[in-house]
Amino acid sequence: MTATAAPATESAPSVARRVPVFRGYRFELVKLVSQWRIRLLVAACWIVPGLFVAGVGQQSTLPSDTLFGRWMHATGWAGPLVLLGFAGTWALPLLTSVVAGDVFAVEDRLGTWRHLLVAVRSPARIFVAKSLAGLTVILLLVAGLAVSSTTGGLASAGDQPLVGLDGHLLSPGDAAGRVLLAWLAALAPTLALAAIGLLGSVALGRSPTGLLLPPVVALAMSVAQMLPLPVAVRLALPGYAFTSWNGLFTSPVQLAPLLIAVTVSLTWTVLATALAYLLFVRRDFTNPADDGSGRRALAFGVLPLAALTAVTVGAVAVATPSTGSGITQDKVQKSLATVFGHLYRLQTRELRRPAVTEAQSRATAACTKSDGQAAQEGAGNDWRCVVSWHLPGVAVTGTAIYQLDITSDGRFVADGDGPKEVNGYFLVRTPTGDAPNPLWQFDGNVDLLDTQ
Amino acid sequence: MGLMDTPRAVRARGITKYFGDVVALDGVDLDVTQGQIHGLVGPNGAGKTTLLGLLLGLAAADGGRLEILGTPVERALAAPDGVAGFVDAPGLYPSLTARQNLAALAALRGLATGAAGIDDVLGEVGLTEVADDRTRGFSLGMRQRLGLAAALLTRPRLLVLDEPSNGLDPSGKRQVHGVLHRLAADGTAVVLSSHRMDDLEALCSEVTILATGRVVFSGPLGKLAAENRELDYRLRTCDPRTARRIAGDTTGIRIVDDSGVRQDPDVLVVRALVPALDELVAQVVRSGVAVRELAPVVSPLEAAFLALTEHQETGR
Repeated sequence: MTATAAPATESAPSVARRVPVFRGYRFELVKLVSQWRIRLLVAACWIVPGLFVAGVGQQSTLPSDTLFGRWMHATGWAGPLVLLGFAGTWALPLLTSVVAGDVFAVEDRLGTWRHLLVAVRSPARIFVAKSLAGLTVILLLVAGLAVSSTTGGLASAGDQPLVGLDGHLLSPGDAAGRVLLAWLAALAPTLALAAIGLLGSVALGRSPTGLLLPPVVALAMSVAQMLPLPVAVRLALPGYAFTSWNGLFTSPVQLAPLLIAVTVSLTWTVLATALAYLLFVRRDFTNPADDGSGRRALAFGVLPLAALTAVTVGAVAVATPSTGSGITQDKVQKSLATVFGHLYRLQTRELRRPAVTEAQSRATAACTKSDGQAAQEGAGNDWRCVVSWHLPGVAVTGTAIYQLDITSDGRFVADGDGPKEVNGYFLVRTPTGDAPNPLWQFDGNVDLLDTQ
Repeated sequence: MGLMDTPRAVRARGITKYFGDVVALDGVDLDVTQGQIHGLVGPNGAGKTTLLGLLLGLAAADGGRLEILGTPVERALAAPDGVAGFVDAPGLYPSLTARQNLAALAALRGLATGAAGIDDVLGEVGLTEVADDRTRGFSLGMRQRLGLAAALLTRPRLLVLDEPSNGLDPSGKRQVHGVLHRLAADGTAVVLSSHRMDDLEALCSEVTILATGRVVFSGPLGKLAAENRELDYRLRTCDPRTARRIAGDTTGIRIVDDSGVRQDPDVLVVRALVPALDELVAQVVRSGVAVRELAPVVSPLEAAFLALTEHQETGR
């Protein structure tokens, strides 16, 4: 056996060399990837969504209560969007909590902070390395969800056009681009949750509460989105970005809510990360009683985010004129008529009838809420609409009835109430046999910020 | 080279450190020369781990002056290259194998140590056979040895160890002692804390005793024993009755019958200073009585430790 220590008599200049961030980043990645739960998550994210989407696509009953779920038989591009809707509520918060919510706390549990500090010699570099490593793994997981679900969808339903939320057909190439943008847009709130996870992991030390913070915040934001909040408040919460991608599937794209939501999410990301950084670099690692948690840390973490919410609500309220629910009678009528016009064109094509353009059909809708007994605005399942349209060369105006269930985020499901030949039955008889009736039930979206 | 010329690995003067209102270190002086194994002793809460943390650069002192390997250290995490070790316990990642832990550390520090270097240090601490096992299942002693291997990997000139013998079996302890002696022989300064007096006596040429954040003794072990007062010694002879009679007649010797040592008819426990003990042994031998065993009941270091720290505690 040979001693490996260097002779100590050498008198090399003694300086404290800090470890470059890249080495720390690589070290953190090695530690993360060596954990079985992270490996399991990566494998699950890259395999399960594809199997799920492909499996659901083979079922006779589709998840029509999920956005784009009713189109899973028609096109492979619906699959990744169905998964995105689900992921925004459950999967992404949980994934960020497992990765970002534990990336700092794990060192407290293992008692390795001092070892790491002696090795790296810079809390700032440790923070950057850990944050980047956590971000890398989260991106890997999100990419897995997107790629896997897309692959599963295309394998089961093929590369077909996708019906947008206003009923117009998106070519496969266009649909692919928008699906990609939708997943990228969902990255912003995912990063916000990851930053909240970092903050919790730093502020709450070895307490498991830190691990739970992202899902708790995500759940709170989901509940908030279900409440009849003013538009300014709704958009000021980072969770809105998990639904604002819906606006990518209308024409024109509902860009304002999307950009506001993404900006809000990124602002939360920056602030929560900065707070986590400040808490971390101020921590006294030599004091065995200090694991970073405490009332001061909690206040330092929570109060600025509460202040950010207040400031953002004010800014959105000032920047946008919409302070109510954003769901008005005019907007509901306009949106429903638009979707109907596009889908009517699709139905006539299915039935091999002469093509009717949206300009020719001139579809309009007349909607009332609660039979006109209540205020004609806001979410609810008591909207009733009569859609009217014209056919070229036909004097009679066609009408069809819909019951609308509108949720607070502006999304609605229109349920056809007749006549049977138009929208009262889930199938239509085409020259080649029965086919799904696009006018029977469909999804739509009210632009909460639209002032026209 | 005289003592004054020997390069100093650590030179601390008047070091103070506070944790809020608690004074962890109160004007501590410490000198450690290269090639020396220096022990830190003290009751729990005496400030040993805090002092070791300062040497590792985990924190900066609130007062005083600290030089490590000739470099003044005035802020946290500024300890110069060449310092390695651990406080409290080695930092190991349970999901990594022993080899992966070392490889990750080597990569992190940018060490040019290849696989052979890692194998060398694993072999040196006796962990070759478990090199590819995850450290999740390692015993405390194995973790201590791997922590030492991690420190060796950085080729330290100052090695700082907190209770390195914790959890070690006799074989592991011998192996670790061998490593530390070889390091010291190569010129590395070693500062270690321990509650095991036998370890410190076997390893250290000098010790510093801390009590309530203050140095109550610092110097060679021999000086500590000399400064101490009477010690209790076990004397085993072939004729205990004669030995007892001679001890009773020898000036400066007191027979102790309630020393707490297990009663053994062949063993006599006497309390004496070293010169009186020498005289007793000479007389016993001259009387034709064979001396089969002579050893302190409590080691000189432990006796001094107890005397000095108890005095400090009662003086608070």
